[in-house]
Amino acid sequence: MIDPCDPGFRVERVELQDGRAELRFGGQLRFRQCFASWQSVRRLARPPAVQLAFDLSGVDTLDGAATALLLDLRDEVVAAGGQAEIVGAHGGVRAMLDLYGSHPPRPSLHAPPARIGVLDQIGRETLTLLGESRALDFIGDVVVAGAKAVRAPGFVNWREVARLMERAGADSLPIVLVINFLVGLVTAFQAAIQLKQFGANIFVADLVGLSVTRELAPLMTAIIVAGRSGAAFSAELGTMRVSEEIDALRTLGLDPYGFLVFPRVLTLVLVLPLLTILADVIGIAGGVLVAMLGLDITANAYLIETQKAVGLWDVFSGCLKTVFFGLSIALIACQRGLATHGGAEGVGRATTSAVVTSLFAIVVVDAIFTVLFNAFGH
Amino acid sequence: MPSATEPIVETKHLSVGYGDTVVLENLDFVVPRGDVFAILGGSGSGKSTLLRALIGLEEPLQGTIHLAGAPIPREGPPAAGVLFQSGALFGSMTLAENVSLPLRKWTTLDHHAIDTIVRSKLRLVGLEGFENHLPNEISGGMKKRAGIARALALDPSLLYLDEPSAGLDPVTSAELDELIATLNASLGMTTVIVTHELRSIFAIVKHCIMVDGGKRSIIARGAPAALRDGSDDPQVHAFFNPHSRAG
Repeated sequence: MIDPCDPGFRVERVELQDGRAELRFGGQLRFRQCFASWQSVRRLARPPAVQLAFDLSGVDTLDGAATALLLDLRDEVVAAGGQAEIVGAHGGVRAMLDLYGSHPPRPSLHAPPARIGVLDQIGRETLTLLGESRALDFIGDVVVAGAKAVRAPGFVNWREVARLMERAGADSLPIVLVINFLVGLVTAFQAAIQLKQFGANIFVADLVGLSVTRELAPLMTAIIVAGRSGAAFSAELGTMRVSEEIDALRTLGLDPYGFLVFPRVLTLVLVLPLLTILADVIGIAGGVLVAMLGLDITANAYLIETQKAVGLWDVFSGCLKTVFFGLSIALIACQRGLATHGGAEGVGRATTSAVVTSLFAIVVVDAIFTVLFNAFGH
Repeated sequence: MPSATEPIVETKHLSVGYGDTVVLENLDFVVPRGDVFAILGGSGSGKSTLLRALIGLEEPLQGTIHLAGAPIPREGPPAAGVLFQSGALFGSMTLAENVSLPLRKWTTLDHHAIDTIVRSKLRLVGLEGFENHLPNEISGGMKKRAGIARALALDPSLLYLDEPSAGLDPVTSAELDELIATLNASLGMTTVIVTHELRSIFAIVKHCIMVDGGKRSIIARGAPAALRDGSDDPQVHAFFNPHSRAG
């Protein structure tokens, strides 16, 4: 912090004849030094006088901010009904006063940004979500571009798919495996506590197998991919949008949907089921570990019981859901990215919105599939 | 009190670059106090790298940079104001908040005093009335002027400008040159400017150096008009007389 005390600055009030007064400044008026005393300077200017003169003849140096404070003090005295003038300025001090005081003050063209309440904020965000995102426009554009891609497959930037699959699939494998292993392990623990009471330890395998393949592995994998790849897609496209790279693509005759959106959609649609199959395996492995260490069940017995309980349909239904999870995550991320505006802050907003909306969509899609499978007897 | 003849910036055997890559080496030059000093050079010549080192954003690979006779201070209020090429205004803050940021950080001024100073700085660059605008609501030229207002907030004695005219129309660019010249003449503010704009160079620059990435050194120094008329170096000649080369 700047030292507020400077002996190089001084000011005194001198009462003259006929009710006139002078504030005599001396030394160096640099705001870094004089601001701490500024309140006392203002107090010196307060007692009414027929005319108050700011005498700067003893001032050697005046910087920009101190000039602004001085001019403001003069205007304050005038606004309070007094008369005030600056006298005795010379050389550089005069030049500073001319530079800073040459333009008449002008009111702000905008009101300051309003501080909004929590309810207001919720309302605004909801409207933004529904309105500004232009989700229907985007879906329409995707359908039109999809028809174009079917007619002319060269429209899609296929070369990008392999790179994206590596990023969204291979690179996210470690975190997907760790999380699903822990989920399988925790589920087995919770189930074991209850089932032990009935001597039904072996049914831990049934419970873990079914819950992991049908719900937990697809959901957890989709959530990780939404947080990782969905956010990355949105931030990437958002940055491209604000730096005019999307516009540049258009001027080069490349369609952003074929070039950017379809490869990302295709990537997640392909990658999510593959990750989910691996998540199923590692989730069950978590259950095996608990069974072996805590329930005295051998790995062989556990796997045989799992095989009996979990059918091909259970695995398939989980994977089928993830195709739609992937579709939702990619479309939402790309839509939010392409709708980004407002610089770096806009990119942050788009990314947050993409992740939150993707999580919401995952749960909704999951609920729809659960109802449908139930209705069709699965 | 610093003497008027003391150089405000002085480099000795300065080498700058990134990692192991040396972009410019063994640079010795001084910026006189109160000067408008330009760093010139073609694209990729390393002038922005040099500027980053002068500002203190990059450590020199070798050599020293002295600011008013002392190494660049690493703590405390900044010794120099900086205008970045894009203005680099904080997008979530209004222009007034952008300009007031260094004042709030480095002074204990009250709200009224800060508001007064901020308005005066924005008035100085012709942006009074735009206090409550966000950066994305104003033009490129206005962003640069707001960037200058922020750089001037603490009344520095040294101002660094990175390509202030880049991307501006000739009228806005000329207005900006006029502002820089006024600040220099009225406040005695030393200005170090990185630019390509010949019109700006001849309008406001008193002394300059020209750097070359190929030779990794300073290839010319002096007053712009003297270099234009008197340099034998083909690169310097081509820089100052681009049309004679085309013709």
